[in-house]
Amino acid sequence: MNLKPTGLVLDKVAIRLGQRVLVELSATIPPGEVLTVMGASGSGKSTLLAFVGGFLEPAFSASGSVWLDGQEITRLPAHQRRLGLLFQDPLLFPHMSVGGNLVFALRDPAGASRRELAEQALAEAGLEGFFERDPATLSGGQKARAALMRVLLSKPRALLLDEPFSKLDAALKQQIRSFVFAEARSRGLPVLLVTHDRADADAAGGAIVDLGEA
Amino acid sequence: MRLTATTTAGLLVLLAATTPSSAVDLSNWKAVEEAARGQTVYFNAWGGAQNINDYIAWAGGVMLERHGVTVVHVKLEDTATAVAKVVAEKAAGKVEGGSIDVIWINGENFASMKRQELLLSPSWADKLPNWQYVDHEKKPTITVDFTVPVEGLESPWGMAKMVFFHDTARGLEMPDSFAALVEWSKKHPGRFTYPSPPDFIGSSFLKQALSETVADPAVLLQPVNEATFSDVTAPFFAKLDELQPNLWRSGRTFPKNKEALRQLLSDNEIDIAFAFSPAEASNAIATGELPDTVRSFVFSAGTLGNTHFLTVPFNAAAKEGALLLANFMASPEAQLRKQDPKVWGDPTVLSMEKLDPAQRAAFEALDLGVATLKPGELGPTLNEPHATWMTRIEQEWTRRYGVAN
Amino acid sequence: MLRAAPALTISVLLAPVAFGLLATLLPAFGYLPALGGNGFSLAPFGQLFQTPGLLRSSFLSLATGLITTLVAVIVVAGFVAGWSHTRVFRRLQHLLSPLLSVPHAAAAFGLAFLLAPSGWLMRVASPELTGFTRPPDWLIVNDPLGLTMMAGLIAKELPFLFLVTLAALPQIAPRGRMAIAASLGYGRIAGFLHVVWPQLYPQIRLAVFAVLAYATSVVDVAVILGPTQPAPLSVRLVHFMNDPDLSLRFMASAGAILQLAITVGALGLWLLLERLAGASMRWLATTGQRFSSDNAVRLLLAGIVVVSAMTMFVGLSILALWSIAGNWQFPDALPQSLTLRTWERQLPMLGKPVAVTLAAGMVSTLVALVLAIACLEREARTGKTGGNRALLFLYVPLLVPQIAFVFGLQLFFLATGLNAGFAALSLTHLVFVLPYVFLSLSDPWRALDGRYLQVARSLGATPNRIFWSIRLPMLLRPVLAAAAVGFAVSVSLSLPTLLIGAGRWPTLATEAVALSSGGDRRIIGVYAFVQLVLPALCFALATLVPAIIHAGRRDMQGVS
Repeated sequence: MNLKPTGLVLDKVAIRLGQRVLVELSATIPPGEVLTVMGASGSGKSTLLAFVGGFLEPAFSASGSVWLDGQEITRLPAHQRRLGLLFQDPLLFPHMSVGGNLVFALRDPAGASRRELAEQALAEAGLEGFFERDPATLSGGQKARAALMRVLLSKPRALLLDEPFSKLDAALKQQIRSFVFAEARSRGLPVLLVTHDRADADAAGGAIVDLGEA
Repeated sequence: MRLTATTTAGLLVLLAATTPSSAVDLSNWKAVEEAARGQTVYFNAWGGAQNINDYIAWAGGVMLERHGVTVVHVKLEDTATAVAKVVAEKAAGKVEGGSIDVIWINGENFASMKRQELLLSPSWADKLPNWQYVDHEKKPTITVDFTVPVEGLESPWGMAKMVFFHDTARGLEMPDSFAALVEWSKKHPGRFTYPSPPDFIGSSFLKQALSETVADPAVLLQPVNEATFSDVTAPFFAKLDELQPNLWRSGRTFPKNKEALRQLLSDNEIDIAFAFSPAEASNAIATGELPDTVRSFVFSAGTLGNTHFLTVPFNAAAKEGALLLANFMASPEAQLRKQDPKVWGDPTVLSMEKLDPAQRAAFEALDLGVATLKPGELGPTLNEPHATWMTRIEQEWTRRYGVAN
Repeated sequence: MLRAAPALTISVLLAPVAFGLLATLLPAFGYLPALGGNGFSLAPFGQLFQTPGLLRSSFLSLATGLITTLVAVIVVAGFVAGWSHTRVFRRLQHLLSPLLSVPHAAAAFGLAFLLAPSGWLMRVASPELTGFTRPPDWLIVNDPLGLTMMAGLIAKELPFLFLVTLAALPQIAPRGRMAIAASLGYGRIAGFLHVVWPQLYPQIRLAVFAVLAYATSVVDVAVILGPTQPAPLSVRLVHFMNDPDLSLRFMASAGAILQLAITVGALGLWLLLERLAGASMRWLATTGQRFSSDNAVRLLLAGIVVVSAMTMFVGLSILALWSIAGNWQFPDALPQSLTLRTWERQLPMLGKPVAVTLAAGMVSTLVALVLAIACLEREARTGKTGGNRALLFLYVPLLVPQIAFVFGLQLFFLATGLNAGFAALSLTHLVFVLPYVFLSLSDPWRALDGRYLQVARSLGATPNRIFWSIRLPMLLRPVLAAAAVGFAVSVSLSLPTLLIGAGRWPTLATEAVALSSGGDRRIIGVYAFVQLVLPALCFALATLVPAIIHAGRRDMQGVS
């Protein structure tokens, strides 16, 4: 066992589809920092995220290892990795209330206080009194914030972001982007961001890997 | 793959033929009654008529009360379903504990089951106690079912005779023979039809027509001779060709069965219908299916007649109960109720002379119904032709009219 | 446990299905010792091909299947294209849904009585408009080309395809796509066909295949509405099989193989049609034709849907009226008198059949649902579809003519000693119910956006928790719809029930078929009504339960 630093570490990760190598990457993302992986669609950046998250389709094969805060998670089932996942769609579960979505993410079975925790998180995101609301009635920005709070309530140890801002309009994009990065920084979460938008990378301020050039 | 192979092997073993099982001692009827107590008899019978279903339910009640035998009426759309079941059981080697105990049967189904040895044997029907009342001397169709000797393998249940009926409210003259019917149809095109063979009634109509048109009726009692077939049937098909264009829908389609035929009469699509039960019209009036102005008639030179029976498969689980039921169904009590048009209206298989005076009086007191001909008005009975005739006629009919246009 | 789901499903059904298939194959080649066939030969086929009118019967079956399916698919596609997200659409959706539960035979009887020259339409118009005091001698029902039969089948299959399409639609998010197509100047129908249909069709494809297989081999509807001189092959098969001359069974089995070949051939031709249609759509897209004014076509499509639905409703209402009719002669538009006598006589006898129907339906549907869900969930969790490909085997019972197939099933149950028990009955129903449940459920199951599940896992939820609190609730509507379809199939099974149950287990279907053979429209009316009520209740529950559970959740309300 070699000693790995804290944060999210990708150690000689390589993903193949048949003979073709899609992605090859080694990287260390310290707590609170962002690694942006750039590339056009089809470059394999979402596949990389799926591998780290534990959702790689059986059609792909992968080598290398993933470490989180010094612990190898390559072979852990997805639900034990504690990686928060955000997609370009907020993906709030449509059959639950907004509050139900947040409560679903809570790890500790703390009974009555679960609702309080969720209400608190909603308030933090400027969504006070939204607990009983139908997710379908929220605006795009509200949904995005609710989705982020849902992820944060699950106490992740890192965030995986798959083009999370691409569907938001310009003003909203700015606002949500800074909200997400600020939350990640304040909680000391390493962030792996895949995007094709240079502005996302600039706003993240961390290291940038361009799959197109590799 | 290996599983499939095993399955195949299993199936092959199962399909192999098997040997029949033991018989019942009919000389000791008391013992039969004792053995039957507590048995459940599965009676497979056509279930398309409510009055018949009710009659069977009544008989089941009597059987339970007197003999402790439970009768379950398995309602069929087609007797062939029961035959298929027995075939499958034989194929699977189930020689005992079969699922069918009694089948309502006659004609070709009986001939087939007899030929394939699917029936309880040796002869038992003529050893049942109530056989003493059966009129097997004067009713030849009781001992010869469509020219096939019965040989005690089925017990008579009721008599059938071809009867025509029409609505007198329409004020039409009715024909008195097949030839007259062909002429009638020229005056009333599109107002007559018959069920398409191999439907039982449809085939019977063709046999009626064949019997009337053939030069020497005696040839029909012998199997078909291919060498003379076209000569013998030439007048028959000539008449049928004459009839064809004047049939309902110009003969481009035919009703499915006698029920469809009756419905066409009721809907005023045709003017003449027919059936094999003299009480058919009266029953249909009673259920509201036909108006009360409908009356029956027969051809004065005679119409076809036959008998329907109850039989027991070789592997019946409740053989004693089955025999008990067959015997009860041939009793004066059950036959009287069966002939009552308010119940069923089916002519009895019993001989009036063999009954005691009280029983005879009860039969004679029956009011047969407004549209039912009296026994004396039913006219002579024509013999059913040998079974091979029907097969050949059906083939030829299908070739000529069955795949037209 | 879950891992073994496909294996379990196959092992439960392999033996009955294999027996069914083999018992069709072997006698076709002359082997059935119980009837004296001890060797193999091609004689049954020789005999079959000498049957008069066989070619025409075969062609009728093939054409009926293809035309019925084609028209039904075109109408459904066009109607969804032209009217989705409109008020008319929502109204018609409510009109069509209950029709799904109507037994085929009941629908056919209703249609026959509506359209016949002595039927209700003619009675309404006579003698005032037509001058007819007795019905004209017109060949409408049972016409030689089978047009009435096809019309009946189309009217009956439209609701099925329509509801399958509706279930698949939300996953495609058609609204945005169609807005884009509209903004590019495409008419509603053209836009839909270009941007939604290519994704939608693969999801309803299996259902389309099922309709095709059914329409190619249908018996009950064909007997009531179809041509008779000659009849379609499927109907003649039943005659061969039921012939008192037992030696005809060999030829009947050969006929069953021919029927199977025709069904497979129809599927092959359909695949060819799919390619042709796909190619022409792609070509059409390159031409840039907009078809922007398609109102006439839209109205026509809505007209077809309304007329076919109304025909069914009126036909069934008239059948219901027959059940309380006294004497009712041509040309009276209404019965002379009404009576409850038929109901009074039938009702006391309905208790046991209703109980058996419910029990067999619920057991087989529940087992089918559990097996189908287990197989699909395993596929979703492992990402492997291989085992489920083997499940295509389960569709065999839909392809092989029922009457030949059931004979083999009987042998199987006799061999296992399960014969005539409730277990045998339920297993038999399962054989026919499972393919439909699998068919209805697999597409919506696979179409659920996998990212929901990934999000749930990343939130720390175990696969089991995700199954119970995310997937099942989100798929509640299709799950219950599949259950309702399965139950309706079980309720409609008469021949297998009668033969496997050996008459010990009377159901509504077996009683209805037996009593209907008496041809009394009053009794047919009673049983059609009762047979319709049970599945209709199920479909109502399948609609109501999700609506109540998901009340106030806009995205769970399905398409409207």
